[in-house]
Amino acid sequence: MVQLTSSSVEETERLAARLASVLVPNDVVTVAGELGSGKTTFIRGACRALGVGAPVTSPTFTIGHRYEGRSPISHLDLYRFSGVSAAEWGDIEPYFERSIVFVEWPEAAAGALPPVRFSVGLEHLDAESRLITVESSDRFLLEGALRGADARL
Amino acid sequence: MILGLETSCDETAAALVTDDGHVRSNIVSSQAALHARYGGVVPEIASRRHLELVLPVVKEALQDADAALDDVSRIAVTQGPGLVGALLIGLAAGKAIAWAGRRPLIPVDHLHGHVASLYLEPAPLEPPFCCLLASGGHTLLLDVRTHDGFAVLGTTIDDAAGEAFDKGARLLGLGYPGGAELDRLARQGDPEAYRFPVARTSGLDFSFSGVKTALLYTVRSLHQTELAERKADLAASYERAIVTALVRRLLAATEQVGAERMAVVGGVAANSELRRSLPSARIAPLALCTDNAAMIASAARYREAIPYPGYLALDAYASRDAA
Repeated sequence: MVQLTSSSVEETERLAARLASVLVPNDVVTVAGELGSGKTTFIRGACRALGVGAPVTSPTFTIGHRYEGRSPISHLDLYRFSGVSAAEWGDIEPYFERSIVFVEWPEAAAGALPPVRFSVGLEHLDAESRLITVESSDRFLLEGALRGADARL
Repeated sequence: MILGLETSCDETAAALVTDDGHVRSNIVSSQAALHARYGGVVPEIASRRHLELVLPVVKEALQDADAALDDVSRIAVTQGPGLVGALLIGLAAGKAIAWAGRRPLIPVDHLHGHVASLYLEPAPLEPPFCCLLASGGHTLLLDVRTHDGFAVLGTTIDDAAGEAFDKGARLLGLGYPGGAELDRLARQGDPEAYRFPVARTSGLDFSFSGVKTALLYTVRSLHQTELAERKADLAASYERAIVTALVRRLLAATEQVGAERMAVVGGVAANSELRRSLPSARIAPLALCTDNAAMIASAARYREAIPYPGYLALDAYASRDAA
């Protein structure tokens, strides 16, 4: 587990870009945190680093966005879900095909998602600052992505 | 007559529209109640709801118009953007009805559909005009020069305007989605009571995540009793901030492209403060603001019909940029 403090939107985007640099298709990144904590901001930073030029916006209403970067990217948002039934999973599953997948509000899908590469948590510290927690079962990948980030922040 | 189908998000909808733009029927099987996450109802968001509803909705649209499938000359269906599985239900139904009736199919872009809600009788608006499209999923400024399309002048860089209203309502404890509820509460409040920052964005783009966070911090800073007392003021001030951003940019866009008229479409067009703030704008009729199939059939009037077997290869698209 790595914990960092971001004091601006730009810092959050830069940190996300570092994480994005090690992502490959079929990697799943969950991004959790309450309203206004910067989930979409984090994912926008990662998508920019992955070569997405199109607007990266909240998919709360539409549930899923697709972007073309250096590989296909899916941006899911489960805010409106209270769980994920088999039928609901059937709708979400196609977004995981050969794509790097970011999932906002992943709590509803606990246990239903494919193995998660990185779990990102965002917490409000004050109006500008966020505490960012990144977890991964792959310690070496996590260190590789975020080495030096501590010193900078 | 054109049979329109719309299944891009929550609504399963079918409508019959004549070639000259008269709405003969407009059926929307609102699934909103099913999606109220905190309302204690079955909260499944899945395409199988569309699958169960699509044929009953088509039948009701035919009945309501006192028409038969034989009266339909072509089928129009939303191709994207939206939830792919949901779109595929509408597309598959459209293909099947087209094939069975030996009729051509017309794929329609959902956003073009919203704009085309303005082309329907009894008071069709003629291009050119500048259009604000604001809903739960989209916030766009459009330069509309012809009936068959538009150019995008600006878009939200984070949350959609309708989403900002719904999430603001959630922060105020009004449930989700609570945009309409927030609008009602705001009418009893003072829109000048709080200052919520309208984010500065470059050009004609929008940003609503900052104002949402500002509301969050204001709510947090208040004690529970104080919050209850000031709730209407918070709603009114929050609404004012969002509407101001929408209005300012619509006016700037209209001036930039030299348009003489402006229009507002999409679910947010139902907002009372927005309507009050834009007395000179054409605003879509309430029944055509939220997702519906009449607007899809309307847009189809300006698009080429695809004959068999060409339409069988049509696929859904999730995002506007992937179209």
